[in-house]
Amino acid sequence: MIIDAFPPGLVLVFGAFLLPLLPGPVRAAAILLLPLTTLALIISLPDGNLVAIPFLDYELNPLRSDKLGRLFGIIFSIMAFAGGLFALKQERVAELSAAFLYAGSAIGVAFAGDLVTVFIFWEMMAIGSGIVIWSAATPASFRASMRYTLVHFAGGVVLMFGIAMTIVDTGSIAFEPMRVGSIGTWLILAGFLVNAGAPPLSAWLPDAYPEASFSGSVFLSAFTTKTAVYVLLRGFPGTEILIYIGVFMIFYGIIYALLENDMRRILAYSIINQVGFMVTGIGIGTELALNGAAAHAFAHIIYKALLLMSAGSVMYMTGKRKCTDLGGLFQSMPLTATCGIVGALAISAFPLTSGFVTKSMIAQAAVDQHMLYVWYALAAASAGVFLHAGIKFPWFVFFQKDSGLRPDDPPWNMRWAMILFAGLCIGIGVHPAPLYALLPFEIDYVPYTGPHVVAMLQLLLFSGLAFFLMLPLMKRTLTLSLDFDWFYRKLGTVAALAVTDKISRIRNRAEASGRRLLDTTIAAATRPVKPRGALARNWETGSMVLAVTVALGLFALLFF
Amino acid sequence: MSDLSELDKHWLVRKATIKKLWILGLLMLALTVVAELRVHMHGEFGLDELFAFNAWYGLGTCAIMVVGAKILGYVLKRPDTYYEGDDHDH
Repeated sequence: MIIDAFPPGLVLVFGAFLLPLLPGPVRAAAILLLPLTTLALIISLPDGNLVAIPFLDYELNPLRSDKLGRLFGIIFSIMAFAGGLFALKQERVAELSAAFLYAGSAIGVAFAGDLVTVFIFWEMMAIGSGIVIWSAATPASFRASMRYTLVHFAGGVVLMFGIAMTIVDTGSIAFEPMRVGSIGTWLILAGFLVNAGAPPLSAWLPDAYPEASFSGSVFLSAFTTKTAVYVLLRGFPGTEILIYIGVFMIFYGIIYALLENDMRRILAYSIINQVGFMVTGIGIGTELALNGAAAHAFAHIIYKALLLMSAGSVMYMTGKRKCTDLGGLFQSMPLTATCGIVGALAISAFPLTSGFVTKSMIAQAAVDQHMLYVWYALAAASAGVFLHAGIKFPWFVFFQKDSGLRPDDPPWNMRWAMILFAGLCIGIGVHPAPLYALLPFEIDYVPYTGPHVVAMLQLLLFSGLAFFLMLPLMKRTLTLSLDFDWFYRKLGTVAALAVTDKISRIRNRAEASGRRLLDTTIAAATRPVKPRGALARNWETGSMVLAVTVALGLFALLFF
Repeated sequence: MSDLSELDKHWLVRKATIKKLWILGLLMLALTVVAELRVHMHGEFGLDELFAFNAWYGLGTCAIMVVGAKILGYVLKRPDTYYEGDDHDH
């Protein structure tokens, strides 16, 4: 056994179990210090397999350190810090413990050098995130968490099958780039894609995330889907089918977000949309595309958490989450509105924000590979992002109409978490070099060129014009939109009820006819001995003699 | 009376401000298009070499997405209480 460094994810995993035991102020300090300790450990890690543990005939490598793993480890620990700061006043310690277990496990996946370690941390993430949703302590969140964990455990089973088959095929448990072909690798890909929010099982995300607490959904936005992006980056770079899946996710996210009325569900669909960009980049598979996908995941975690912090602050202060109930909040929540707008600009890839310097690498990679239709789709999608998230979210929550609500900005810890992430959105956008230095491949990309800035401003501002011109078509309604979860929430329930109903009818009918048959048989068998039965009657002497004679005759016949 | 209620409003949502914002917005739109005369936009695939491609492509695709979502909405939208009750009873 070799242990050259302490696995950084375990700081948060062990810390998760420690948090409930600590008194208030110490716990608050631990919530902030544990992620920072993790971050310091990650930054200090040298490259290489730093831990080796014998396991059956194999060797587990739970700490493989390289640029790609470190990039995701860094952003996951920054996210755990900002999420912890935002949730500092969260009364339910279980949520924070679960969130740290979840974050630590995500870091565990980022540094896993073998498929068995990936699987173990993968399942720990499902448990941690399920408890985060459950911690909102509402009937709806409990049911949503049950549906969520069922989908993820099913995905875990698929992944386990894939891993086992691949280990049998290759004789190795190392987590290295794979080529889809065998059933095992297809199953691993499918297991990864479930967590990425890819079709057909994408509805778990908008179903579950908006049911978490004001702080829970901030954590949820960061880890599951981005860990999936990481494992796809590591395991399946250049897998062509990912391009088509990614493009589908992009437009699915836009259309459903446009239809949605719940502000956090709008943002949940927009996660799928953004992950779609990353999945497309992974499918393109060139160094620029992979750098773009990795950088976009990094930037996305920050601006999406910022958007959900902004939405969480509104929910925390007003108790409302539907666009139809909100509007005009910029007047009393200026900081929340400003930070929400910064997040919205960053997700839309406005120049001088983080999205601009990351997403454009994926589009450039499509150009370099002469992928005409992919590029047109990505350009349309960039406009669509501004439409469904960049304008729609801040417009309907902070402007639109005057809802009459005048809540203050949230408590200081929530404000500072938002300020930190808003600062990072702009900081990365203005000065992308430090992020570029962290990317897995050498980079020679200049985001700020005249044509690129002009093209992006045209695309975004004219999509903004489309939004305001077509505003009457986007009037919010008290509705939800049917998604794939309809199959297991509605059709599945109706089908299961119909089947059980049919079975119980058949059973009742069988029982009734069985009882009738039994009654008839008993009646027939007991009839001779009943009061008027043949054997219970008084017989005439002559008949008796005749019967005895016949019986004796038969006896004689049989023996002679 | 209407002037008074206008003054009661936050300055950002007064009619006069909104009018100015529209003018400012349209000016910015025009500027981004005019900028193409000064910045050489090199297209890659033909269509994107047309003048102000990103402007009309952004406007057009967004219009299609909004209308597409509206049409899909007729099929997919349900009251937001649609799933309530189902989960309780079983």
